[in-house]
Amino acid sequence: MSSYLYYPGCSMEGSGRSYRESLEGVLEPLGISLEEIDDWNCCGATEYVSLSTTPAYAMIARNLAIAAGEKKNGEALVAACSACYLNLAKADHYMGEQPALNARVNDALGAGGLHYDPGTLKVRHLLEVILTDVGLDKVRAAVKKPLTGLKVAPYLGCMVPRPDVDGAYADHEQPKSLDMLLKALGAEVVDYPLRTECCGGHMNQIAPKVGLELVRRLVSEAERLEAVMMVTVCPMCQINIDAYQGEMNAMFHTHHKMPIVFFTQLMGVAFGLEPKKLGIGREYTNASKTLAKALKAAPELALAAAGAAPAHRPRPDKRALPMPRMADSEVEE
Amino acid sequence: MVVAQVSPPVVADAGARFLAEVTSKTAGVSRLEMCIQCGSCGGSCPSASAMDHTPRAIFALIRAGKRDEVLRSNTPWMCLSCYHCVVRCPQEIEITDVMYAIKTIAEKEHAYPSNVGPDFGGVFIGQAKRFGRSWDLGLTARHYLRHFPLRLPGMTPMAFGLFRHGRIGLLPTRIRQRKQLHAILKRADELERAR
Repeated sequence: MSSYLYYPGCSMEGSGRSYRESLEGVLEPLGISLEEIDDWNCCGATEYVSLSTTPAYAMIARNLAIAAGEKKNGEALVAACSACYLNLAKADHYMGEQPALNARVNDALGAGGLHYDPGTLKVRHLLEVILTDVGLDKVRAAVKKPLTGLKVAPYLGCMVPRPDVDGAYADHEQPKSLDMLLKALGAEVVDYPLRTECCGGHMNQIAPKVGLELVRRLVSEAERLEAVMMVTVCPMCQINIDAYQGEMNAMFHTHHKMPIVFFTQLMGVAFGLEPKKLGIGREYTNASKTLAKALKAAPELALAAAGAAPAHRPRPDKRALPMPRMADSEVEE
Repeated sequence: MVVAQVSPPVVADAGARFLAEVTSKTAGVSRLEMCIQCGSCGGSCPSASAMDHTPRAIFALIRAGKRDEVLRSNTPWMCLSCYHCVVRCPQEIEITDVMYAIKTIAEKEHAYPSNVGPDFGGVFIGQAKRFGRSWDLGLTARHYLRHFPLRLPGMTPMAFGLFRHGRIGLLPTRIRQRKQLHAILKRADELERAR
């Protein structure tokens, strides 16, 4: 069982509570454990860095210093919220890159009896940990109820693949990491071109016309591709798409009803856990019914997919010229 | 042959000074001086249509020393922090962080074009500093009452829904070592002001 230091972030306690609940549920099947760092504070989101640089980085670095003091057998600090992950990763990165920033931040930390040397920890996002350390094979092996028949739009959002201070992503615009994970759960994953487009961040609060237009684009594109649900890795994306959908509908005179859930929630469902324990039902735009309806047809579909009979394939026209045929394994991807 | 004595252009001085100011206020290495004015940033920006100037134009204005115009532009306040421009910039300029840097300068001088963005950030951070955690209910209530009272009736079902689903707490969560956090931030504030 691999163990990681864990920074939850404020959203996981409140608006993104279902993320936390579902994450707690899937840890055991995944064979990982998370140790929450003691008395962590808010990372400041994108607000503090817009207000004052040194205090903003000192506030983030307090968490890094506490985590570094608690590190025992690992150096990885894992965050599930995209904004928290990026703030922690950027603080570590910029303190290493800018000696002046490092000196100021550590001077400030010193006032609280703390110190952090950049590079001590490796800040990682939960999704990357699951893909790299746990691996898709283990995920597939834990699946008890494949999500066959559930057509989802994988919505990764901005701050995990970009700016990517540690170079974890080869593709910053159309990475397929979330797609791969959802496919491993048996879901049907639409090729969602807006997978890393912005949800609006705090724009719904300060400039609703700008923010809600972004929500509209994301939701209507998912709907156009006939996805019944969007899947996210970020509490900010979740609340923007979920809770602001009503206001967006009112502004654009649309009638969208697109549920959005956390990827950990779908993992939990596929692992056979109780939906209620995964926080399903906490969404403002209800996902339970969509989920139940899509998975109702699942047993037969799952049997057909796993069964010995090869999938249906149209017979070649006898009058057609002989064409080379791809092996079944190649057709898959 | 007599070579004419050319004094350094005065206009470039203001530009160089402001460029240096923004660069020094950027958290990491901004690389802003490398901008080739290609416009990939504005072309990649999901909120460019709402901006007074595209990021490229802002960088040109910085170099031209148009300090007031830059600080009073809504551009950095419309930045979503999506980092699309950052990964596309052929010169690898940390555009998002440059936008943050411009905002910190504008905040200090109260030179921003509208107080909606600064107020939101100010309330968010005021609460995060005080409690050690952000507080959704306190933030949204204060922000909407002050800036978007007309949106409140339309938002009541949402607030109620979030409350019913246990996603919004009535009271703020507090960390234990608030004194330590306040000491750190006080020192950080002093250091920031001394820059």
